[in-house]
Amino acid sequence: MALWPLPGPSFPFRESRDGETGESKRQVGSSALMSEHAAGTKTWPSLLDASTWLFRLVSIAVLFAAWEIAGRVPISPAFPGFLETMASLIQMIADGRMGRAYFQTLEPLVIGIGLSALVGVAMGVVMGLSRTFQWAWEPVFVVMQAAPMAALIPLITFIYGIGTTAKVVAVIILAAPVIVLNSFKAVRNANPSLIQMCRSFQGTGRQLVWKIIIPDASPVIFAGLRLGVAAGFIGVILAELLITPTGIGDLITYHRSVAEYADMYAAVFSIIVVAAVTVGLLEKAENRYFRPEKRTGRP
Amino acid sequence: MPPTMQPPDIVETRGISKIYEGDIQALKGIDLGFPQGQMTTLLGPSGCGKTTLLKILAGLLAPTEGEVRVSGVPITGPGPERALVFQDFALMPWASVLRNVGFGLELRGVAKPAREETARRYIDKVGLAGFADRYPHELSGGMKQRVGLARALAVNANVLLMDEPFSAVDEQTRRQFQEDLLLLLTVEKKTVIFVTHSIEEAVYVSDRIVLLSPRPGRVSRIFHPAIDRSRTSDQIRRDSAYLDTVEEIWQMVRQYLN
Repeated sequence: MALWPLPGPSFPFRESRDGETGESKRQVGSSALMSEHAAGTKTWPSLLDASTWLFRLVSIAVLFAAWEIAGRVPISPAFPGFLETMASLIQMIADGRMGRAYFQTLEPLVIGIGLSALVGVAMGVVMGLSRTFQWAWEPVFVVMQAAPMAALIPLITFIYGIGTTAKVVAVIILAAPVIVLNSFKAVRNANPSLIQMCRSFQGTGRQLVWKIIIPDASPVIFAGLRLGVAAGFIGVILAELLITPTGIGDLITYHRSVAEYADMYAAVFSIIVVAAVTVGLLEKAENRYFRPEKRTGRP
Repeated sequence: MPPTMQPPDIVETRGISKIYEGDIQALKGIDLGFPQGQMTTLLGPSGCGKTTLLKILAGLLAPTEGEVRVSGVPITGPGPERALVFQDFALMPWASVLRNVGFGLELRGVAKPAREETARRYIDKVGLAGFADRYPHELSGGMKQRVGLARALAVNANVLLMDEPFSAVDEQTRRQFQEDLLLLLTVEKKTVIFVTHSIEEAVYVSDRIVLLSPRPGRVSRIFHPAIDRSRTSDQIRRDSAYLDTVEEIWQMVRQYLN
């Protein structure tokens, strides 16, 4: 998943919150399909690299220009332009509000995603290898993936209160299913020809899992991790908007309530950029550390 | 070569039958011997169970009835005396040519320097010198199959099982590869069991051709193409013994198609 297109600034944050949840779910679903497709085939011819970057920059510039024009028209008094929002963003970074907010937001996010990744990949791999384990756990994650998260928030607060634990749980509920199910499917669909190859050279069961099945499954496992991280961002922001306002969720809620829309949009803009950059860096890290065949630099 | 002069069989099948789920009988009563040091081809129309038979010989599939013996000992699964070359190459895309070729040795716990040395030797032998650090996606189909062949040779098995190894490569590559394979085998002295659906290929490379009938696969006839391989490939392909054998097999296969 690349760093662009960045979602436009006009997504319905100010509309009903439930509608927004539905929107996010659908986005996660469709990009899941796209990533699974792209995972195996994507290559980066070095000649195209420069023009790709140019194309991206132009695309981003057009988006920001459109935003600025929309802000100046203005389409709504509650819709600041790009430059005004950027000025607020710089101001908020300078006076430390942004830093403090991220410090609060990142805690449940990092814990939740860390747990989801470690436990989720392990569970998915075991589900892929063992039909008994799959039988026991697959329904749990399918239901978790299908359940509308916002509807579960009251239940989470009822059980875990309104502290960090509840927010970690919210992140896990959103991030874990896609990580588990992708890992499960990746392992279950490991290339049967490579499995036969390993068996025909008398590989042991352990060698088969570690040397063939997991490396073969890893592109799809990583696609699941990227989607899980993206979903984790949704989870933590939802939790901050719906449980108790802290961190970025607090910045958004507070500045909306006092009609400082530029500050609110700066917070929204920053979380989108942080989420997109994080997901992009994950892909870079994957290619760098786990895909030797992609960094040969030969055409 | 007349059957009386044959060397002893290294691989034998006794009454092999295979019935897949849903009562599909793929093979029925296969009794065959594979003489040591010879190239035997399993030839037949698609669906005659030739790949099934090869996978049973490899120990990857269990026969419904009957047994396979290697050097007189019944097999229970894959073994170090047999090595398989796959139709779709079965190379690990995340591993270099060097690691792919040495993978059989890696699974046996051979230390890295030793297995890389062996792997490099076989990479050179199959004509891929200089490609050791490449990755499979950087190679053509023919080169990928050379990697598959080098991997099978590197474990030093006596019996080489080849499952339509040239079916996924183009005709020129195929002919070149056939000749290289024959040349290599004169040095390596392997027993080769070779699956193909190409009659020309079977006659060109084999000492013996086992023609299987369509489902359920049975041994229809065994041919011994008496071809003088000391000549050039062009001479062989124009030789009357070669052409007659191709024609004879074709006439038999054509009956199955009707």
